[in-house]
Amino acid sequence: MSQLFFGYFAGMIAMTSILVVALRNPVYSALSLLVMFFHVAGLFITLHAEFLAAVQIIVYCGAILVLYLFVVMLLNVKQDDRYHSQWRIAAIVCVPLVIEAVVLLVGGAGTMVSSRNAEPQDAVVTDNTLAIGQTLFSTYLFPFEVASLVLLVAMIGAIVLAKRDIGESDA
Amino acid sequence: MTEFGLRLAISLTQIAAVMGVVVVTVLILTLAERKVLGWMQDRMGPMEVGPYGILQPFADAIKLFFKEDIIPAGANKFLFTVAPILCLIPAFIGFAVIPWGPNQTFEVDGITVRPFVISDINIGILYILAFASLGAYGIILGGWASNSKYSLLGGLRSAAQIISYELNVGLSIVGVLILAGSLSLVKITEAQTGGFWNWYLFALPAPQIFAFVVYVISSVAETNRVPFDLPEAESELVAGFFTEYSGLRFAFFFLAEYANMVLVSCVAAALFLGGWNAPYPGTIMALIGLPSVAWVENTMWFAVKTYSFLFLFFWLRATLPRLRYDQLMRFGWKVMLPIALGNIVVTSLAVFFYQQMK
Repeated sequence: MSQLFFGYFAGMIAMTSILVVALRNPVYSALSLLVMFFHVAGLFITLHAEFLAAVQIIVYCGAILVLYLFVVMLLNVKQDDRYHSQWRIAAIVCVPLVIEAVVLLVGGAGTMVSSRNAEPQDAVVTDNTLAIGQTLFSTYLFPFEVASLVLLVAMIGAIVLAKRDIGESDA
Repeated sequence: MTEFGLRLAISLTQIAAVMGVVVVTVLILTLAERKVLGWMQDRMGPMEVGPYGILQPFADAIKLFFKEDIIPAGANKFLFTVAPILCLIPAFIGFAVIPWGPNQTFEVDGITVRPFVISDINIGILYILAFASLGAYGIILGGWASNSKYSLLGGLRSAAQIISYELNVGLSIVGVLILAGSLSLVKITEAQTGGFWNWYLFALPAPQIFAFVVYVISSVAETNRVPFDLPEAESELVAGFFTEYSGLRFAFFFLAEYANMVLVSCVAAALFLGGWNAPYPGTIMALIGLPSVAWVENTMWFAVKTYSFLFLFFWLRATLPRLRYDQLMRFGWKVMLPIALGNIVVTSLAVFFYQQMK
């Protein structure tokens, strides 16, 4: 049963990810990205990480992707302006990826299965939210604080860059 | 019948019952809104269909059902069709985790049934927030797919507005979550048992009064209601994102807006006003020796709280003029957000020192 769900979610994620870059209409691209985020959340649920699934939907679907759509609609991007038919670059990127996938599938098949069987038992916790909170604020406190500081700096930077014109015209 | 079949049948019955209650509530709301607005403006409201106009919702429904379904030339047919459904599903799906009554169980053929909550998942409130945030897609896509500048402007406005105020809704309930120590609506409601002084609106050590005010204002904004109805400001944008919609598709948007109102009212009742708990300890039914029907009293209290919240929506609509767009954004980010953040800090400190003293 869980294999079936994993297969469905993984297949849909792969398919919609390809559609994001392959579709001609940018709005459809954004929508297939939405479907992909949903299926990633579904994967989290099969791993008993309900909190992560909810946060995935709230943050990525509810906020970030809405802004993407907002920009796509506001700019009204012409369909030809996007980077289609760049086969050479695509080939250069794809060849190493394909080689890597083949190597992983052929060479590491045995170890992959054993590690995948071990994971779900670790992930099953009675209170998912509590576990994440405690890990985040004890084991990973320093990386967490650094990440939030980096985000704050990025946010202030974005505001400074965006507001420069207005400030200069006032002065 | 197998056990799985029985479980499925029970779940489907519960879902059908909740859907039925919500749709009937929406029907009542459409009439109640027009009546309340009428009375507040010294009018009668609808009086033609049935005695005192009480059959007006059915007349409206029949009218919408038989109207011609127009898809404008140049519209994106697929998205134009999908958008109302995308708007409607998130509005209804959130009701799955609302506790309508006490968390009692009874057995049917060895299967435990919880009659008053469809599903008690341990991330209940996050689940509601997640699906509420998806409602924006229906509005944005509907506005874009209509191929009309009014619709597009309405859709874009709603995108910015929903993102801004969703944040405030999320932050305003964090105080309650800190007090309850849980994300499950069933557990949060149970933690408020025993008199109105235990409701999180008034509860020690940190009464969530400011959070409640922020929640009320932000949820009005999130449901696109007056005074925050800029996505459909009729004086500027004809009818905003659903200008081009007619017939059943328009009805879907309409239904979604009212279902969202009911949903935010239910969440407000469950989080801040004690949910199904009566404002006094216990229940009157248990006092007079009928504890088996105490759930009637509890569900009635839930209904009373939800409906008084819904009345507030009508009251605001009759009282306040629409905000300007920059005022809306400034109010959301510079007034509501700092209050919500401050409330989290104060609540955390209060809970921490309270636990230290104990």
